Amino acid sequence: MSRPRLTSLRRLVPAFLIGLSVLLAPALVMAVDDPSEMLPDPKQESRAEAIGSQLRCLVCQNESIEDSSAGLARDLRRVVREHVAKGETNKQIMDWMVDRYGNFIRLSPPLSVGTLLLWSMPVLALLLGLTLAFFAYRRRAAAPAAPPPLSDEEKARLAKLTKD
Amino acid sequence: MSTSPQNENLTRRRLMMGLPLAGAAVLGVGFWKMLAGMQHGSFNPHDINAPVLNRPVPDFTLPDQPPGEGFSAQDLRSLTKPVLVNFFASWCIPCLAEMPTLMSLKDDVTLWGIAYKDRPENAANFLKHSGNPFTRLGSDHEGRVGIEWGISGVPETFLIGPGGIIRWHTASPLDVDTIRNTLAPLLEKLKTA
Repeated sequence: MSRPRLTSLRRLVPAFLIGLSVLLAPALVMAVDDPSEMLPDPKQESRAEAIGSQLRCLVCQNESIEDSSAGLARDLRRVVREHVAKGETNKQIMDWMVDRYGNFIRLSPPLSVGTLLLWSMPVLALLLGLTLAFFAYRRRAAAPAAPPPLSDEEKARLAKLTKD
Repeated sequence: MSTSPQNENLTRRRLMMGLPLAGAAVLGVGFWKMLAGMQHGSFNPHDINAPVLNRPVPDFTLPDQPPGEGFSAQDLRSLTKPVLVNFFASWCIPCLAEMPTLMSLKDDVTLWGIAYKDRPENAANFLKHSGNPFTRLGSDHEGRVGIEWGISGVPETFLIGPGGIIRWHTASPLDVDTIRNTLAPLLEKLKTA
């Protein structure tokens, strides 16, 4: 029962890989599908590509502008290349983009109070939990105070209760 | 401290119950506010470009988009009353759907249009069929002015206050709810200011 299933699954793997590569192929060629976009200087072009791969395509939102074929991504690629050709630094170009589109355009968000809090949250939560656990443990470890002996009145009440 | 152990246990139990409840209540109110904002248009989680808000309009000059006359940043900055600037395109279906709303708005506020990445003849044709709510019209054929404004698509609408300051922005088509709950109060405030 399990053997034929396994072989058929094994046969499926290459098919799956071929399917996947067909799906991914357009994405791989996208960045170079229009050579006229590229800068003549390979050094400048690779710098432009590095910057572009750090910029979010605002239409597709999870792709960089280098990977996306959206019209706005193409326009932004051209803007990046113009600025690179003008000799601007990476930071200048990034700032130009952030000035217009906000930090959302950066695929890796910058260090700020908000992002610092976000990234340190797991550690902070763990520390808080450990502190709470430590105090709870110490409390329990401390010898529990023996309950005070019952007074005569309480003894009488208990006797009455257990009698019923 | 003379609290009995029983009393201490009780307060602890109350705290254990109360803290998560209070936390859930705070979250609930927050989510409710977000959802309410989404419903009447004052909060849009997809709105991505906040940086332009409360800044003067960026530098630009736009050629005429027939049948209107083009305009520049200078024109917007020298205005004394609010103007609504709308980016649209003939190839954009939501823009077509938005047009009746803009037409109904044109008696209450001045509207200027920017045809984004559109052939002037196509945009002119579009306005002939949908009606033209705009008193000035610029053509941003290359889409470069749109980038200066930080738009990520069409339609997008900006409310420009006196002096050319961007007071409000939406990256989705204007609808009756947004106008009633957000735009109208803002316009009222700008007019009295």
